[in-house]
Amino acid sequence: MDLLEAKFKIDYPGFNLDVEMRIPSKGVSVVFGPSGSGKTTLLRCLSGLEKPSLGYLKIDGHVWQDEESFIPVQDRKIGLVFQESRLFPHLNIKKNLLYGYQRTFPDERKLQFDEVAQVLNLENLLQRRPEKLSGGERQRVAIGRALLTSPKLLLMDEPLASLDMQLKTEIIPFIKKIEKEFNTPIVYVTHSMNEVLQLVDTMVILKAGKVENIGPVQEVFSDVRLREAIGDEQLGAVLETLVTEHDESFGLTKLDFMGQVLHVPRQHIPVGHSLRVHIHSKDVILSTLSPAGATSVLNVLRAKVKKVGELKPKGYSVDIELDAGRPILATITRKSLSKLNLQPGQPIYAHIKAIKMMHELEGL
Amino acid sequence: MDIPLMDAEPIWISLKLAGVTVVILLVLGTPIAWWLAQTRSHYRVVIESLVALPLVLPPTVLGFYLLIILGPHGWVGGPVKALTGSTLSFSFLGLVLASTLYSLPFVVQPLHSAFESIGKVPMETAQSLGASRLDAFFSVITPLARRGYLTAIVLGFAHTLGEFGVVLMVGGNIPGKTKVISIEIYDRVEVLEYTQAHILSAGLLIFSFLILVIVYSINRKLPMQVT
Repeated sequence: MDLLEAKFKIDYPGFNLDVEMRIPSKGVSVVFGPSGSGKTTLLRCLSGLEKPSLGYLKIDGHVWQDEESFIPVQDRKIGLVFQESRLFPHLNIKKNLLYGYQRTFPDERKLQFDEVAQVLNLENLLQRRPEKLSGGERQRVAIGRALLTSPKLLLMDEPLASLDMQLKTEIIPFIKKIEKEFNTPIVYVTHSMNEVLQLVDTMVILKAGKVENIGPVQEVFSDVRLREAIGDEQLGAVLETLVTEHDESFGLTKLDFMGQVLHVPRQHIPVGHSLRVHIHSKDVILSTLSPAGATSVLNVLRAKVKKVGELKPKGYSVDIELDAGRPILATITRKSLSKLNLQPGQPIYAHIKAIKMMHELEGL
Repeated sequence: MDIPLMDAEPIWISLKLAGVTVVILLVLGTPIAWWLAQTRSHYRVVIESLVALPLVLPPTVLGFYLLIILGPHGWVGGPVKALTGSTLSFSFLGLVLASTLYSLPFVVQPLHSAFESIGKVPMETAQSLGASRLDAFFSVITPLARRGYLTAIVLGFAHTLGEFGVVLMVGGNIPGKTKVISIEIYDRVEVLEYTQAHILSAGLLIFSFLILVIVYSINRKLPMQVT
C-alpha cells in the first residue's frame, strides 16, 4: 500500500515519454526537470487526460490503467491544479468550490466545505466572481475546489509559476497544510527547485522524457551525479532537524540533528517542531582537528568520509561525500584535499558556514 | 374585414416557421458544431463544407433539389406519402425541413466558433472535478457559449424569417399554409398594393432592427471569460 506505480510510453513526432516509476503515495513528490522534459505530459497521463498507447498505473493497490482497463479522468478521484487557476468564469467562488463537491458521493466526501474554506482562508471571497480576485486568491480557490472532491491524489502543474514571490509565500504554507491536515498525497510538477524545497519528500527528476533519478530529497541533494540536473547551487544537503531550545541571550535557536546540535538565528517556531535546513556543498569546510580549539564557526558536525570524488584534470575542486547519519556533500579544493589526505572511513569535522532555513518563504 | 386577416396569417406562419426551425436547428446544430470544434477527423472539412453550402448556393438550386426530394416521388417525400398520404412539398412541414437546411450554417457557425474559443480546458477541468462529459457540457460549456447561442438563435430566426426563394419553390404560395411574409410582400407589390407592402416591409424592418439592438446590447453585458 501507499505506493504509486506508473509506466507510460508515448511516441509523438519530436517528443518521447518513456517513464517508469514507483513512488510513495503519501507526502509531496516533486517531478522536476527542464521545460520539454515531459513533466506536464507525465502529469496528464497520471490524471487520465492523456491516454498513452502503453500505460500502467496503480495506486494503493488499485489499478487505474493497464492493457485492458482505463478509468476515465472523471472517475479517478484526482484533484488537478494548473498554472492558471482555470476557475469557471460563469460561477461565483462558492459555486466554483462546490462544483466538484456536489459531484462527489456523500459517503466519499472526506473534506467538508467549511473546513477547506477556513484552511485556505476563502471565507470572505465566496460571493465574488473569479475575475474580481487576485492571482493568489484565484489559485487558492482552484486548490480548494480540487480538494473538495476529496481526491486520492492531488496533481499540481507549476501551480505557483504565474505568481510573484509575495503570492508564492502566501500559497506555499497552504500546500504544506493540505498534505499534513488532509493527508492527501501530492504530485507537484515544477522547474523551480527553490519553490518546493521546503515541501518535497520524494524527488522525481526527469530528463528528455525519461526518469533520471528518484529518491528521498535528503539523498537527492547530496548526489553528485545530479549536479547538472538539480543545479550546482542547490547541491549539498537537506537535513531534517528538531527545534530543541531558544537561546534568548545570544538570539539563537538550537536544533537537533541526529543527536548533534546546530545553531541558527532565533526562529519563531515552537520547541518540538521540525525545521528543514538546506546546506550548500561549498559552505561545508572540512577539518581533521577537533573544534574544541578556537573557531568562529558555530556549527560543526561529526561525520565520516564516505567517498572522495573523482578528480578532474583541470578542475580545482573536488566533491567529498560525508556520512553524518544522513549524507552531506562537501566541495573543497584539490589543494585542500592533498593537504588533508582524506581516506574513506576517516572521521572528520564538517564546519557549516551557512544554513538556509526552509520555512523562510512562509514569512514566519 | 378580410384584408387584415389576410395580413395576419403570413406573419403568424413566418413566426411559427422561424421558431420551429430555430428549435430544431439548436438541437441538431449543437452536436454538429461540438463535433466540428473537437474532432481531428479528416471528414471535418467535408462536413464543414456541407454545412456552409447553403451560404453560397442560390436558394433556387437548393429549392429545386428539395422540391424533387420532398415531392411525392422523391426519396423522402415518397415514403412519407406512402405512410401518411400527404406530400411534404407544398406543406408547412416541408417548409420546416427546407428552412432547417437553408438556415443551418447560421446556427452551426456561431456555435462552432463559440465552442472553439472556449477550448479544451473548461471541459477537462469539469471532468477532473468528477463531471461526465454530458454533465460538463450542460453545466460549463453551454453557459460559456451563451453569446454563441444568442447569435445562433437570432441569426437562425432572422434568416428563416427573411428567406424567399427556397420557400417559394418548396412551399409554393398557399395562403394560410405556406404563404409567409416575404412572399406576401412580393404578392402585394405585384398587384401594386403598396400600402400593404409598406406596412409589412416596415414591420419586418423595425422588428429585425430591434432584435439586433437587443442582441448586441445583451452581448456587451455578458461577462468576458477569464482564465
